[in-house]
Amino acid sequence: MKRSDDDDRRAGDSIDEFVPARPAESSGGSAGDGAAETVRSDGGTVGSGSPFETTSSTEETRGDRVRRFLDEFVRTPWSILRDDWRALVGFVIVSVYVLMGTVGVYLVETTSPAAGPKLVGAFQSSEFPLGTTSAGKDILSLTVHSTPSIMIMMTSGAVFTVVVGTLFGVVTGYKGGLVDTALSTITDVFINIPGLPLVIVLATLLEEWINNPVTLGVLLAIAAWAGLARAIRSQVLTIRSESFVESARAMDLSTRWILSREIVPHLMPYIVVNMVNAARRVIFAAVALYFLGVLPFSDANWGVMLNNAYNAGALYRPSAYHWLLVPMIAISGIALGLILLAQSLDRVFNPRVRARHQNTGDGERLEPDTEDDAKDMMNV
Amino acid sequence: MNWKIRRIGQAVFTVLAVLTLSFVMIRMMPGNPVDAFVARVGPQLENPQEAYERAETYMNINPQEPMHIAYVNYMADMIQGDMGRSMSQNAPVAAIMAEAIPWTLFVMSWAVFLGFAVGISLGALMAYWEGSKFDSALTGYATTITSIPFYVLALFLLMTLGYQLGWFPTGGRRPEGVAVGFNLPFMMGIIYHATLPVLSMFVASGAASLTMRGNSVRVLGEDYLRVARLRGLSDRTIAIRYVARNAILPMYTGLMIAIGTMFGGAVVLEEIFSYRGMGYYMIQAVRARDYPLMMGTFTVITIAVVIALLIADLTYGKIDPRAGSEDREAF
Repeated sequence: MKRSDDDDRRAGDSIDEFVPARPAESSGGSAGDGAAETVRSDGGTVGSGSPFETTSSTEETRGDRVRRFLDEFVRTPWSILRDDWRALVGFVIVSVYVLMGTVGVYLVETTSPAAGPKLVGAFQSSEFPLGTTSAGKDILSLTVHSTPSIMIMMTSGAVFTVVVGTLFGVVTGYKGGLVDTALSTITDVFINIPGLPLVIVLATLLEEWINNPVTLGVLLAIAAWAGLARAIRSQVLTIRSESFVESARAMDLSTRWILSREIVPHLMPYIVVNMVNAARRVIFAAVALYFLGVLPFSDANWGVMLNNAYNAGALYRPSAYHWLLVPMIAISGIALGLILLAQSLDRVFNPRVRARHQNTGDGERLEPDTEDDAKDMMNV
Repeated sequence: MNWKIRRIGQAVFTVLAVLTLSFVMIRMMPGNPVDAFVARVGPQLENPQEAYERAETYMNINPQEPMHIAYVNYMADMIQGDMGRSMSQNAPVAAIMAEAIPWTLFVMSWAVFLGFAVGISLGALMAYWEGSKFDSALTGYATTITSIPFYVLALFLLMTLGYQLGWFPTGGRRPEGVAVGFNLPFMMGIIYHATLPVLSMFVASGAASLTMRGNSVRVLGEDYLRVARLRGLSDRTIAIRYVARNAILPMYTGLMIAIGTMFGGAVVLEEIFSYRGMGYYMIQAVRARDYPLMMGTFTVITIAVVIALLIADLTYGKIDPRAGSEDREAF
C-alpha cells in the first residue's frame, strides 16, 4: 500500500512534466520552428524534450522528505489512533507491561521465601498488595519480575515467526513451480504437526539448549510460522499478477528486488498485524508449558506461579485464590492489550481510514467517510 | 482426481517425516535417550548385552545396529503399529494409546463442533444487526474471550463450577459404579464429565465469531447480493444460500488450523481435568522421562491431526467448487 501511495503522490506533484511545455515562439507556427517539432499521429506536438526525459521543475528538498515521512508514519497513524478507543486502551495496557518489565523491576524488590506471612490475601496489607504465596513470597514482586523474561520470549518468538513465515510465504507464492512445491511441502508438514505437543517433545529432548528466553521464544515459534507462511502465500498469489509487479518483471528487475521492494512492503500491514498475534500465541504457549512443568525454569514466571498455586491446591482453597488469579489476570491482560493493538493497527493500515486522516491539503473528501456512507452510496 | 492422490500422498509424507524426526531425536542427537538409557541401565545388569536388547524392546531401536539399518527397522516397527513399550506404565504403548484415543477424540470433536457452531451463529447475528448495541456488546465479549487462554478459562471453570459450586466433576472421564456400555446413565455420565473441558475450549468461539462477522459484512456489500434482492428471492434464501455460504467458506481453512491447535490444547486440558486421554499420558510420560510413551503419544496425536486435515481438505472441494484447480505460471 505504502509504495503505490508514494508513486501516486509523486505523479501528482509533478503533473506538469507530462504536459509538453510548448515554447512561446512555436505558437506562431513559423517554418523555422517546424523542423524542431514532430507532429504526432494524434495531432499534438512534442517539443525538443521528451516527457520521459524532462526532470521535475521543483526538486524535493530534505525538508519535504522529512515532512512526508512524518506525515506518513507519525501524523496519520496518530490521527487515526486518537479517534480509536481500542488503540488507546491497547497502547496503555501494553505500555503498562513494558514499564513493568523495565522500570518496575527496579522499583519492586525481588522476594524470597518467608519474606512475609503465609498466604496473605490480596489487598489486605500495604506491604504485600497482591498477597503472598504459601511460602511467604510477595506475589506482586513475583509478577513484576516475571515480565522481562516473558517480554523477551514474546519478542524473539514473534520476530522468528514473522521472518520465517514471510520468507516462506513470499517466496513460495511468487516463484511457483518447483521451488513452490518443495517449500510448500515443508510448510504443510509443519502445519500438520500439532504445535503444543511438538514443542513439548522438543523442549524435553533439547533440554540443555533451551536455557534462555530467546531460544525458548524461537522454539515456541517453530510451531507457529507455518500457518503464517500459508496465509502470506495466498496473499502473494493475489498480488503477483498485479500490474505493478508485472511491470517490475517487465523491467527485468531481479526477483530479490521484486520480493523485497515491491511485494513485502505491500504486505507490511498484514505482516505487522500477524506479528502482534504471533506474540500473543507465543505467550499463551510459553505459560502453558511452564504451567505443565515441562520447561526447566530458574526464576519467577507467570506459568511457574500458576503451576505452584495449582500444586498447592489453590483451586479448592479460597485462602489461596489470589495466588492463582493474579497470574491468570496478568496473562489475559497482556493478551487483551495485544489483541486491541492488532485491531487498531489494522485500522491504521486500512487505506480507506488512512485517506480520511491524511493531510491532503485540498480538504476534499475523496473517499466515503464511513462504512455506512459506503453502503448508502451503494443503495442509491 | 489427480489432486486427491497428491493430497493423500502429502499426508503419508507428513506422517513419515514425523516418524523420521522422532527417530533423529531419540537416536541421533547428542545425549539422546537411547544412549542415555544404555548408559544408565547397562551397569546395573550382569550381562551388558541385555541393555541393548531392552532398548530394542522399549524404543524399537537397537543401539548396536548401524544407523541406517536401525532407521529402517524403527520405521517398519512404527508403521506396523508397534510403538515400543512404556517404561512408567509397563505396558505396550500401542495398547495405552488404543485405550486413550476415543476419549480425546470425543472431547475434542465436541469442543471443535460446538465452538464453531456458536461462533458462526454469533457472528452471523452480529453482522445482521451490524452497528447496533447488540453488535458492539458481542464484539467486546468476543475480543475479551479471545484474550483468555483456554487453560486459564479451564482453571477458572474448575475453581468456580467444579470446586466452589460442585456442579461438575473436578476430574476423571467417566462415572463411578456405572456399567460401561451403551446405556443411558453411562452416556450421560461421560457427557457430564466432558462438559467442563468442552466449555473451556469455547474461547475459540470468540475468534470464530469475529471472523464470521467480518466475512458476512463483506458479503453483504457484494453486488451479487443486490442482484439476488432484485430477483425477489426471499430473505431466508438470501441469508442461507448467499450470505452464510459465502461467509463460512473462507473460514474452512481456519477450522482446519483450529483442529490442530485444539488437539495440541488437549495436552494441557486433559492434564488440568485429569482426563485420561492421549494428552494426559503425554504429560505423565514427560514427567517420568518415559520416552517411548512420549514419542508414541506425539506420533498418534500428529496422525490424528493429519487425518482430520486430510478429511477436511478432501471434502472442501464438495462445498466449494472453485477449490482444487491451481495452475499457475512459474517465474
